[in-house]
Amino acid sequence: MSIFVNENTKVIVQGLTGGQGKYHGLRNRDYGTNVVAGVTPGKGGQDVEGIPIFDSVAEAVAATGADASFVAVPPKAAPAAILEAAAAGVAFVVCITEGIPAQDEAKVFNTLIRDFPNTRLLGPNCPGIISPGKCNIGITAGEIALPPTAEGPNVGIVSRSGTLTYQALYELKQKGIGVSTCVGIGGDPVPGTNFIDCLREFEADPDTHAIIMIGEIGGSAEEEAAEFIRANVSKPMSAYIAGVTAPAGKKMGHAGAIVSGGKGTAQGKMDALADAGVKVGLNPTEAGELMAQIVAGLR
Amino acid sequence: MDLFEYQGKQYFARFGIPVSPGDKADTVDEAVAAAEAAGYPVVVKAQVQVGGRGKAGGIKLADNADEVRLHAGNILGMDIKGHVVHRVWVEHASDIDEEYYASFTLDRAAKKHLLMLSAQGGVEIEAVAESDPDAIVKLHIDPVVGLDVATARQAAVDAKIPERALDGTADILVKLYGCFTDGDCDLAEINPLILKPTGEVHALDAKVTLDSNAAFRHPEWAEYSATEVLDEREQLAKTHDLQYIGLDGTVGIIANGAGLAMSTLDVVNQVGGSAANFLDIGGGANADVMAAALEVINFDQNVKSIFINIFGGITRGEEVAKGIVEALSRVDLRAPIVIRLDGTNADQGREILANAGIPESKLRSEPTMLAAARSAVALAQN
Repeated sequence: MSIFVNENTKVIVQGLTGGQGKYHGLRNRDYGTNVVAGVTPGKGGQDVEGIPIFDSVAEAVAATGADASFVAVPPKAAPAAILEAAAAGVAFVVCITEGIPAQDEAKVFNTLIRDFPNTRLLGPNCPGIISPGKCNIGITAGEIALPPTAEGPNVGIVSRSGTLTYQALYELKQKGIGVSTCVGIGGDPVPGTNFIDCLREFEADPDTHAIIMIGEIGGSAEEEAAEFIRANVSKPMSAYIAGVTAPAGKKMGHAGAIVSGGKGTAQGKMDALADAGVKVGLNPTEAGELMAQIVAGLR
Repeated sequence: MDLFEYQGKQYFARFGIPVSPGDKADTVDEAVAAAEAAGYPVVVKAQVQVGGRGKAGGIKLADNADEVRLHAGNILGMDIKGHVVHRVWVEHASDIDEEYYASFTLDRAAKKHLLMLSAQGGVEIEAVAESDPDAIVKLHIDPVVGLDVATARQAAVDAKIPERALDGTADILVKLYGCFTDGDCDLAEINPLILKPTGEVHALDAKVTLDSNAAFRHPEWAEYSATEVLDEREQLAKTHDLQYIGLDGTVGIIANGAGLAMSTLDVVNQVGGSAANFLDIGGGANADVMAAALEVINFDQNVKSIFINIFGGITRGEEVAKGIVEALSRVDLRAPIVIRLDGTNADQGREILANAGIPESKLRSEPTMLAAARSAVALAQN
């Protein structure tokens, strides 16, 4: 099992004819992802290396039965692209686009909640999701992820940071630990899918036996996750929070990574998670080692 | 991007929010001219992005040109908590009956807009939140629905703003919300929002933070970004469009991805070193971006070693390697590089670096982040 996406997931790529969309869309297909169509307005009828292009998401869904979309279009166009996918009934939308204005993002989030409650958005500004060996949507280099084993124990990963997500996959692969699903929720202030959404799924997934969570400074998502973990997560967890040395009041690359008014510090988040029983590492490698100990205990 | 008060007021004015007549001034003569135009009495206010201007003597009342000369002369060049005053704002002094507080931000936990409104303004809102939390009305606004006058007026009633100020306050709240949303602000704050004896409500101060992601639809922001407070290194990084934050350590940092860059700072700190900067070369970084990043790092005289930490997703290992090779041919780097390269096409990248004929004294590879951090810190301490 895995969460959100699996070997049956049918994916369209919005922006498959663009540079990023083509590069990653084809990589995703090469990985084994069931990429069934691309969408670019005005280019319907063409194809990208055998993948048919449609003018709209609705046409692509009607023709292919796609249930997931990979949005790889620029910030100006991304909000409309996400909502188009939702309106076409796509259940799972992954948006990697970085640089969407916060006002647009908040509108998209609340429009989805109100008008399209059956659509889950992952991102924006995220690396995507990979259920190793089954489905890879986004920019993750699939070869750094070890597929889960039938006997387990397998680990689920949820992270706000792209490269730290790869780092976690890599650390686990070095240690021979399989991954059920790895979800990059992204570094923007209003992510479509948050830590708690993923933790709930991982808790319910029989093939996930332990969970790694990677957070960073800014906001209170990690603190909220800690509360959720305390009450609802029985599976063992390790965590890492980036930004211990980040100066206050500066956006550290991610739009959402900012300590303001003494709130959103790495230390506060680490303390909250440790209080909830999570083993917290001081760097990504340490979080990986803590997970290896957890897994060894489960074996 | 944080605006200066005068820019915030100019921005407010675009959205119809009443502010005092005034102008910015960089010299004493300009200050006098601004005062004559605004009409006496005037307030001369230091333009720095730091709190506590009044206590530091950076805000003064003037009744005539001589007083403007005196105060502007004192304030221009003044150092307020490390911020040197290069510009003052001179505006007509308002008579004040009452002072309120109003702000809009995004509440990330609720994923809605948040109005904070209080009849206790003119003081730090954090202090009010501590001493009298019930004095602050907090109202969540659905970004899809927006804020109408009736809702704004009710918020003012709930905040115990007096009857005669309700309409004026509601009007300003709706306009301030328009500034926040259409103006793409992360923060739009008025403190104090004042009630004049004549019954008018208006903004006596302006605190505005703009969302840089929305710059593409705001050509008018160009003038704000021209005055952004940046050190020389940050200025150079900005010309190259790099996500750079200057720090005061000795290990120059280049990483791809914000999380990895933050983590690199943390790891350097953990092994006893200190980072000279935060620099995220982002997802699609290529040879040019890497070369530009190295140029910016090289410009920082405190840098004793450079730690390049790359884990490939979008950024491909061979692109990174080509960038380093090209940069080394372009820039005479003062400091040695330690690189940790992994992920997409990392093998190809390592091969390019190994075959480029670069001596180990200038460039070395380490297999892990911790090993690379230790190596870079050791080099910086030599």
